[in-house]
Parts: sequence; C-alpha cells; structure tokens
Amino acid sequence: MAGQVATGSRSGLRSALPLLLPAYLWLTVAIFLPLSAMVFFSFMTELPLSGKAWFFTLENYATFFSQGLYLTLLLASLRLGLEVTLWCVVIGYPAAYVLAKVLKGRSREAIFLLVILPFWSNGLVRIFSWAMVLREGGILDTALNAVLPFKINIDLMYSYPAVIIGLVHSYVPYMVLTCYLTLQAIDDSLIEAGRSLGASRLQMLKRVIIPLSMPGLVAGAALIFVPVVGSFMEPRILGGRTGTFYGTVIEDQFVAVFNWPLGAALSFILLAVVLVILALASPVLKRAA
Amino acid sequence: MCMPKLTAFLTATAVFASALTLTARADEVHVLNWKGYGADEPWAIAAFEKATGNKVVNDFFNSEQEMLTKLRTNPGLYDVVMINAAFNNQAMAEKLIQPIDVSKIPNYADISPDKANSPMLARDGKVYGVPWVWGLTALAINEKAFETPPTSIAEMWDPAHKGRVTIRDDAVEAVQFGAIATGQNINDIKDMEAVKAKLTSLIPQIKTFWSSENDWNQMVASNQINIGTYWSGSADRAKTHFKLPVSLVIPQEGAVAWLDAFSIPVGSKNVAGAEAFINYMIDPGFYVEWVTKVGAPVSANTKAVAALPEDAFNRKVMGDPAVAKRIQFQAPITDAQREAYLALWQELKVNVK
Repeated sequence: MAGQVATGSRSGLRSALPLLLPAYLWLTVAIFLPLSAMVFFSFMTELPLSGKAWFFTLENYATFFSQGLYLTLLLASLRLGLEVTLWCVVIGYPAAYVLAKVLKGRSREAIFLLVILPFWSNGLVRIFSWAMVLREGGILDTALNAVLPFKINIDLMYSYPAVIIGLVHSYVPYMVLTCYLTLQAIDDSLIEAGRSLGASRLQMLKRVIIPLSMPGLVAGAALIFVPVVGSFMEPRILGGRTGTFYGTVIEDQFVAVFNWPLGAALSFILLAVVLVILALASPVLKRAA
Repeated sequence: MCMPKLTAFLTATAVFASALTLTARADEVHVLNWKGYGADEPWAIAAFEKATGNKVVNDFFNSEQEMLTKLRTNPGLYDVVMINAAFNNQAMAEKLIQPIDVSKIPNYADISPDKANSPMLARDGKVYGVPWVWGLTALAINEKAFETPPTSIAEMWDPAHKGRVTIRDDAVEAVQFGAIATGQNINDIKDMEAVKAKLTSLIPQIKTFWSSENDWNQMVASNQINIGTYWSGSADRAKTHFKLPVSLVIPQEGAVAWLDAFSIPVGSKNVAGAEAFINYMIDPGFYVEWVTKVGAPVSANTKAVAALPEDAFNRKVMGDPAVAKRIQFQAPITDAQREAYLALWQELKVNVK
C-alpha cells in the first residue's frame, strides 16, 4: 500500500516534470539568479562593475543599525503599508461582496470591468492624473468650489494623504479580486440556513461570511502590504517633501549614488522584516480562517 | 528528449534579443544625453543626417549615475556621450571614454581656452571631453509672485514664500546650494554643520522637490510655487519655448556653475560619425537655432555666443564679467563625498517629516 503510494507519486512527479520545467526554469533565470546576485552584492564593499578593488563586508547591514534614519523610515513605511491595506479592506471588501452576492449577469460584468480597468493603464499615468486632481486649483478643488456655496481650499497634493489616496487607488483591485473569489465560493444555502435559524444581518456577516472569506482577505492583504512597504514611485511624486520612505531611500542608493551594496542590504533587511511579520501573523490568521 | 531543442531555442532567443539591443550599424551615431537637451531636437538631427549621411539614434539618462551605469553595462553601444565635466575624470578612470582627436573637429579651435584647457577635460595632453555648453544652477522666480526680482539667495528663506519654494531632489546640488547660502566655497566646504543648519531651516519652506524640468514648469504653470533653484538653460527654455512667467536670478551670493562636454566612449564603432556629430553640436549655426527655437545654456564656443543678438540673455547677462566673478564651477566629487552628502540630505528630509 505504502509502496504503491510512493511509486504513484514518483511517476506523478515524472510526468509533471515537463509541465513544471518551463515555469521553474524561468523562475531560476529571472528571479533566483538576480536575487542571488543581489545577496552577493549586499556583502561587498564596491560593485565589481565600477572597476575598483572590493572585498566582503558586513558593513552595509551594520549601516542600517548604526543610523536611526533607516529604522525611522522603515517604521514609517510599515505604517504606510498597514494604513493602505486597511483602507483597501474598507473600500474593497463591500465592493467584492456586492459583486459576488448582489449583482448578477450583465451589471456584474460591467461593474467588474470598472474594477479591473485601472489595471489596464500604466501606473505612472494613474499617479500623474492624481496629481492633476489633488493639487490646489486642480480638478477636485475647482469642482468642489463650483458646487459649494462657500469657498474651501483643497490642496492635498504633496502630502501624506495624497500618498495614501494614490496607493489605495493602485492596490484596491487586488483586494476586490481576491475577496470576490472567496465570497463567490460561499454556498448561498449556507446564508439561507443561517437566516432561517434566526441570525441577524450583522451576525451573518460576523459568523458566516467573514470567516468563510478570510482566505481572500488574507491573500489580498499580503498582496497589498508587501509592495506598499517598498513603494517609491507614489511617495516620491505625490508626497512632496513628506514623501521620503524606505523605498525611496533604497531607490536613491541605486540611482543617485550607485551604492548598490547598501541598496541591496537595505532591500534584504526589508524582505526579512516583511517575512517576520507575515510569519508572526500567519498562526493568528490561520486560526481566524 | 526536448532539452537540446529547448537549449537551442533559448540560445536563439538570447542571441536575437542581444542582436536587437546591441547592434550598431556603421553609419549610425548612438548618442547618450539628457532628454530634451539639444542633441535630440528633430530639426537638428534632420540637418545633421542630411549633411553627413549618418543616422542619429538617441538614448537618454535621468542622472549622471545612470549615464555611467549605461556606459558600464553596454560597452560598444554608444558613440557619443554627454558628460558633466565634474564626472569626466571618473569616466576616464574607469576606462569608459577614449581620448579625442580634436584635429578632426574643426569647431574645437573656437572653444574658449579656459573651457578647452579645463583640467577636468584635458589630461596628460589628451582631450577626453569637448566642452559644449555651460550654465548655472541659480534661482528662478515665478514672475507673478514678484514685482521686482529679488537679488539675494535669502529670498528662499523669506516666510512670505512659505510652502511655495522648490529645490531639486539632489543631494549634491542641495549641499552646494547650502554652501553658497552660508558663504562657502562649494568645492571645499569647511563648515558642514552650518550648511546642515541652513538647509534644515529651508525645508519647512518647501512645497515639493523637483527632479525634472517638466516638474518645475508644471508647478509654475499651475501657479504653485514662487521661487526655487533652477538651471539657467531650463529657465531660458521655460520662457522662450513654453512661454511661462519664469525668469532667472543670479543671486549676489553666487551660483553653482557646471560645464557639459561631449566624449566618445571606448569601443565606439563609428568614431568618425561621433566626431562629426560633436563638431555639429558646437557649431554656431546649430547653437543660434537652438537658442532661438528652444532656449539653451551658454555655448562654450566663443563664435557661437558672438553670433547671438547683443541683448540675448546668454550673451549679455551670462557673459557679464560681474557674473563671471561670483559663480563657482563645480569640481569633481569623490564617491565618499557623494555618499556623505546623500546621507545628510536624507537625514534632513526625514527629520522634518
């Protein structure tokens, strides 16, 4: 019996190999090799490209701990990641619920299209269009002043809220899509059963719908939190002088001073911190799911 | 069973991809420069191609570091590269650029001797860069915000402009600007604490940092800023080409001057074409058209500047001996200095958040 299972799984692996190979070959070439090169760089004093002598060192990692600057920025970026994820849940989850359980047929398709639409445009274009909307004398300011009887001054551009708005807009579709998939999979008869047993709407939500859609919420949160913590384009363009975050500092090391070793070390510290957070969160989330 | 085929396929893809990116035809001149900075003007390219039969292929960089990286990672691709003189030595030391035979560049004879003989470009009797244009990192104002143009750099700190000031997000420029504001030599900053304190008090004034000409011009067009650091050529372009209410101010305390030069990368496949292109770029005919149509910094070619109308900004103001006395030319900066400047700049930006 045990032997049978073993041969069965081995032959399964053998027949699966041709199917797996392209993906793993691609991952090896496109992700594993550059990432290993970056690990290697992060322990070097100089980049070999620059033609100078180099040797191995831990100094790049020590820099992170010796200067309070990097820790402050990392905390600011983590906070940004949390806030953006939270807003994505608040905005994305109800939308996903309506898409999965309320709308049917054509209207669902139309609304779904509207959710995915931002994905079809370039990220930079989206950010610059926000710049036009948010600035003083911009679209939002002009429109509100045209409608409202009193004069208000809206200049959100180059501020922390502007960064949040831009990032939430960029990432909310992930939350809608992941939650939609799990919400749609909930059997309607479960909801009907709950109702017939006398559960209120709030109880239904708390006891049935949220627990059953938790995997989607968790996946969406992880998909959003990780890239937002490392984001640099949105903070730089929308944040103005408040737009310095951990991601922009890493970008500076690569682009402005050609200090790839320090940039790589900072990136791996971020990676480690994110992994630790996800690892700490996973038992809690698993229990909830 | 399919491994050899797969290997062959992957090799073919790789060869095809590299052939697409790296082939340089013999009659092509690959130019690496800032975007929108003279060498990519369509009328100029058309005139050059017609005159010499070479085809110009432009590529761009967004920072000096990116330019150096592109040279390092694409040996043999570029024929002409535009390098700020302060970076020329580094490019030469890394063997990225080769000596230029200036006898093949007829217009070289008209370049003002102080620029041509700059120790940043000519070393051991060899020329590694042909001076093209020079300009200033000074102040520019939104004319709508001033009745009379300011004369002092202190205007940036005036509480009246709070939240309407901009400065470039560049550590070296910021630190050198701070050096001028504290009356120091930009190439030998003795009192870094004073620079730091001066810049710290500037940050609350700032609306946002700019990184490209487009940022600056858009902020003026939407009337979001009053004053900020700007490049002289860009201010001229904003006024001439984009008709914006921008004018350049060279503060009495001084300004940072830079010199841009053309070099030929090691491994260039079309050196003759590169020489012809550089010669065209420093030609008075091209320069006058560039200034008139688009707006430009000051040519290093004395005959080109002399060909401008007498009241032209680049001739009258930039050529004024009083201005020449208070500007400071940027000298090369070591990697250690650059990293120290960046650390200071990042700290400033974080502390005021």
